[in-house]
Amino acid sequence: MAMVGDAISHAVLPGIVLAFLISGSRGNLPMLIGASIIGVLTTVIIELLHKKAKLQEDASIGVTFTWLFALGVILISAYTGQIDLDQECVLYGEIAYVPLDTLTVGGNSIGPRALWISGSVIVLILLALWRGYKGLVLTTFNADYAQALGISTAFWHFGFMGLVSLTTVVSFESVGAILVVALLITPPAAAYLLTDSLKKMLWLTALLGVLTAIGGYYLALVLDGSIAGAMATVAGILFAGAWGWSKLLKRLSFKSANLT
Amino acid sequence: MDIRPEKTAIEVHNLTASYNRKPVLWDIDFSLPQGQLIGIVGPNGSGKTTLLRNMMGLMKPDSGYVNLFGKKLDEVREKVSYVPQRETVDWDFPANVMDVVLMGRYRKSNIFKRLSKKDRDIATESLEKVNMLPFANRQISQLSGGQQQRVFIARSLAQQADLYLMDEPFVGVDAATEESILNLLSEMKKEGKTVVIVHHDLQTAYEYFDWIVLLNTRLVASGPKQEVFSTELLQEAYGGRLTVLSRIGDLMAKQDFPMRESEFKEKEGPGDERAS
Repeated sequence: MAMVGDAISHAVLPGIVLAFLISGSRGNLPMLIGASIIGVLTTVIIELLHKKAKLQEDASIGVTFTWLFALGVILISAYTGQIDLDQECVLYGEIAYVPLDTLTVGGNSIGPRALWISGSVIVLILLALWRGYKGLVLTTFNADYAQALGISTAFWHFGFMGLVSLTTVVSFESVGAILVVALLITPPAAAYLLTDSLKKMLWLTALLGVLTAIGGYYLALVLDGSIAGAMATVAGILFAGAWGWSKLLKRLSFKSANLT
Repeated sequence: MDIRPEKTAIEVHNLTASYNRKPVLWDIDFSLPQGQLIGIVGPNGSGKTTLLRNMMGLMKPDSGYVNLFGKKLDEVREKVSYVPQRETVDWDFPANVMDVVLMGRYRKSNIFKRLSKKDRDIATESLEKVNMLPFANRQISQLSGGQQQRVFIARSLAQQADLYLMDEPFVGVDAATEESILNLLSEMKKEGKTVVIVHHDLQTAYEYFDWIVLLNTRLVASGPKQEVFSTELLQEAYGGRLTVLSRIGDLMAKQDFPMRESEFKEKEGPGDERAS
């Protein structure tokens, strides 16, 4: 499941092109909407191939996103030849430019646009987690049982995937593709090694994400290098630290268990 | 042979179901009584689990239907509880025993709401019934196979249903768990609950259950165990596997079952049985 974010980051290309062809503009909102719709569709196709065609999950992910990405490439070369449109320019942001793209209301700048968009997505996700925690946990842990209780697993699965898709699309518009995948997967993977409780894991993931961002920024400042690269590096280092720590704890608890 | 009970808990009517167009169940038709321990028995691949999944609405049959207490599943869902096979979930999921048992209190109607104190009390009681209360805060990844099974059963008990459908609860469990499940089953029977269990082991089936469904893609027999355990019917269900049959036949003749699964299936899985 972890690679779904990566798949979405490529698969949304046809969504962007179609949004452009339909709206006729390179405005951000239609592109975001187009990308989000295709993002959800991507997860639907992955699920379909996995469940109905009995393909392994990784294979269905591979088939789906390469195919959709290729579709996007064809659409670009066939219909938008004259216009500068590729996902580098539309979709993949560079985190260093985020402060430059500000939102103005009534002539006054109210801060970076990305902050407002990502902020709204965070609020939406926190709301969804707050109300939907039980449903998400139940359907993830034991979908059959949830269905036996009469709870719709499709609703929860696609609701969840819709949120993943939205998060991915919104974030790579501001921070770029590699950093999205790095932040989507590495902090939770590290948190998973450090705790057995899902609630603690969620908090720890957020904390590690923040540490990654701050640490990466200063690392980039020191090295005078790419911010996104430095952040992904810090994420990797934090993960290695978490792994070492969990190994150490295991060894210690093993020893103390032997003593008693 | 198909004996009809007086008070029906489950009615399966002309059920045919398939995977990838291969029929796994063919024209199954029988009724199960209320308030009894019922075993669904048959060789590997005979459609036992598929039958249970159809009863629980987890699979759409090609034809036929299942009625529970004379009604459609959706009308009586709250009264029916399902215990899936232990291997169907990821036990490394970050949760503790209590978290899982509390899932038994989840309903369509409260999925967006918080659980109440009463829900927690019921979950605690259920853990007590399977002797797992000392493990309430234990991570599920640290449980042995038998303990995992008891957690699943506790979750099902927390639903406070009238009908329980369990898929292979005796597979790979230790002697302590087997005994605890059997005690629980007889208690449930006393309370008038109906329990349907998918079971692969003929030898123990006779002593565990009151009513037995013999299955091999088609229905071979459904009735009280004394009627169903005849050489002809067993032969029909198990086909050419005569070695198994002759052994069962011998045992049946003596009405004596010296071999218990528990004697050679001591302790499986990691974890320990000590209370922490």
